[in-house]
Amino acid sequence: MIQAVYIFNNQGKPRLISDYRNLDVQKSQEFLKETYNLIKTRKDNQCNFIEGSKLLGGSNTKIIYRHYATLYFVFVVDSSESELGILDLIQVLVESLDKCFENVCELDIVFKCDQVHYILNEIISGGMVLETKYGEVVHAFNEQSKIK
Amino acid sequence: MDTSVQLKQIQSFVNKLGVMRLKDLIKAVRNCKTAADERAVIAKESAFIRTQFKEENNDTRHINVSKLLYIFMLGYPAHFGQIECLKLVASNKFSDKRLGYLGIMLLLDENQEVLTLVTNSLKNDLNHSNMFNVGLALCTLGNISSVEMARDLSSEVEKLLGNSNTYIRKKAALCALRIIRKVPDLLDNYVIRANKLLNEEKNHAILLTGTTLLIEMCQLSKNVLNDTRKNVPRLVRILRNLVNNNYSAEHDVNGVSDPFLQVQILRLLRLLGHNNVEASDLMNDVLAQVATNTDNAKNVGNSILYETVLTIMNIESEKSLQVMAINILGRFLSNRDNNIKYVALTTLCQVASILTDSSSLQRHSSTIIDCIKDTDISIRKRAIDLAFILMNRQNIRVLARELLVSLETTTNEEKSKISRRLCECANRYKPNKRWEIDTVCRVLKIAGGHVEQDVINNFIRLISTSSTELQQYATSKLYNILNKKNDTVESQEGLQLATIWCIGEYCDLLLQSPLDDSLAINDEDETNNSSTEIPSETEVIDLLERLIEGSHVTNKIRQYILIALVKLTNKLSSNCRDRNNSIIAKYKTNINLEIQQRAVEFSSLNNLNDDIRSVVLDRMPALENTKEKKSSSSSSNVS
Repeated sequence: MIQAVYIFNNQGKPRLISDYRNLDVQKSQEFLKETYNLIKTRKDNQCNFIEGSKLLGGSNTKIIYRHYATLYFVFVVDSSESELGILDLIQVLVESLDKCFENVCELDIVFKCDQVHYILNEIISGGMVLETKYGEVVHAFNEQSKIK
Repeated sequence: MDTSVQLKQIQSFVNKLGVMRLKDLIKAVRNCKTAADERAVIAKESAFIRTQFKEENNDTRHINVSKLLYIFMLGYPAHFGQIECLKLVASNKFSDKRLGYLGIMLLLDENQEVLTLVTNSLKNDLNHSNMFNVGLALCTLGNISSVEMARDLSSEVEKLLGNSNTYIRKKAALCALRIIRKVPDLLDNYVIRANKLLNEEKNHAILLTGTTLLIEMCQLSKNVLNDTRKNVPRLVRILRNLVNNNYSAEHDVNGVSDPFLQVQILRLLRLLGHNNVEASDLMNDVLAQVATNTDNAKNVGNSILYETVLTIMNIESEKSLQVMAINILGRFLSNRDNNIKYVALTTLCQVASILTDSSSLQRHSSTIIDCIKDTDISIRKRAIDLAFILMNRQNIRVLARELLVSLETTTNEEKSKISRRLCECANRYKPNKRWEIDTVCRVLKIAGGHVEQDVINNFIRLISTSSTELQQYATSKLYNILNKKNDTVESQEGLQLATIWCIGEYCDLLLQSPLDDSLAINDEDETNNSSTEIPSETEVIDLLERLIEGSHVTNKIRQYILIALVKLTNKLSSNCRDRNNSIIAKYKTNINLEIQQRAVEFSSLNNLNDDIRSVVLDRMPALENTKEKKSSSSSSNVS
């Protein structure tokens, strides 16, 4: 199960927080900070997987991230998910964002954060993977945007 | 146009005029130079939104809620917007509804009573004619439904799972998953429809969500597991089609067709084949096919191979398949990509316990040793775990050397774990006792500050059960390490404790010339070669005195030194005896109770008759292991 999806920039400012564990505001922010602290020290040639620290759930929790320019896309998952599969899923998310926003950049994600949520809800539902074809995701998103 | 309609439009336009748009709020926050500024902007806007909500204005509600969600994401409280989200959901406009559901998903959690108010809206939307409305409702339900909601709306979801529209069905499948998790009793209602999902061989999303749902159901109920086994041939067929690249351009990722689906099918097959020979037999061919045909140049292929290996190791597969799986993992280990290495190491750790013969694994020990030296800490940790699993008599020397080197660079929590495991393994697989003593000495030298007490106790027990030559060797080695005025050595508490105990017990051996010269040669620790002189009595007592009066020494060390000093009064000449007694006497008034008690008692030992005192302070007999002793009938337990 996917426990949380975070998008934050190089300084740790959140651009998207989607937590499937039903946490309250304070806990959610704490977890985000802790995740950011674990990730910011990683160099680009190191592997994209980290084990969670004690606060985040210890060795049962894995943090899988990808760094694109100024943004980190982070998925926090438990031990039942395949790490390499989640890496591909992050790719699907990024490509969907790219198609929906036309050459997406960080500002798009900042100013249209509700739309990013809608796209994410087409890919993941309740912490489980729903759709992996980015064509379908983009199609559903565009259809819904047309409805008044 | 109708004037009333025009009037309405103008009215709504005017209403929106005074309200800051989301874009402007974001710009304002980004322009803040300090955190206090940002807090001020947010506080002002929060207050404004609150008053706006009280005015009950339908046109501006969605603008305010979207601002509220942004504020919430930054970490400020936003619970006062929950009821507004409910009102948005009840509206007829799709965009309002969508925003309302998003707000509910973000701001509420399943424990809140407000959530039950949404149930009615959800029910209406689940029965709506527009598929996107249904989709919204299913999405919300799938993300945050509580137990009561799950129970209430389960029948709607069951119906939707049989709907002809594939968009709805795939969402319904995941929603059903959450419902089953919340209310396991409802599992049986979904079994038939879930199995039917697998019939949809053209639509990969349905297959994907269907297999996910079945995986969850099989994990929860043995009956469903047995029932689902009849689908194994179908799953095998689907997997074979995917691997043979019956090419569909939409599902293709880098030349591999729908890797996510392949991975999920492999997982389901793993569950179905576990402990079941007939099902496993059906899968053997296709697993071999996937393993050989998948291209491992890209990450995609590797993710599939990884799942294949896990599946092979968990079902009743043929030996040749298992060997193939280990070889795949071996190839992964030498891959330059760190991600692949990590994944291979993790799997090998899991698999090593299942393997019947570990010779195939030993073949890769040199690669594993390279991984221990890797710069990436995630890989190092995994490689060290794997090294401990692989350890046996043949490779212990090599592995122990590597582990000692890596011990110097690990974090403190890891140090105590690794040192304990290393000492246990050294005990189990040692080639000879002297090697074990050397290894434990090195461990103490590097990580002495973080070893736990029973590791030290075991070491002491080891020395006391050794031959006299080894005892002398160990004591003189420890003494020489401690004697060098080295900062790192002085902070290693474990090392100091062991050394002090040995000095106390075997000081007479320490002061003699070496009984066995061959022990001194072939010492693997090069730094010791220079200073193997035999110390004199005064030098030994100098060392103990320096330690006991050191500023950063703990009370435990002081206690050990006091005992060592009093044992020495028996073994050394009379002027040293007086010196020892005067050192001990200094601590008779120490603040710490334990130290004071010992000092007073040991000083009074002085007044005893010589014979009695020498018996009391004689060398201790070899310490036996208490666990071994419990099995025998005699209860003379000296530890």
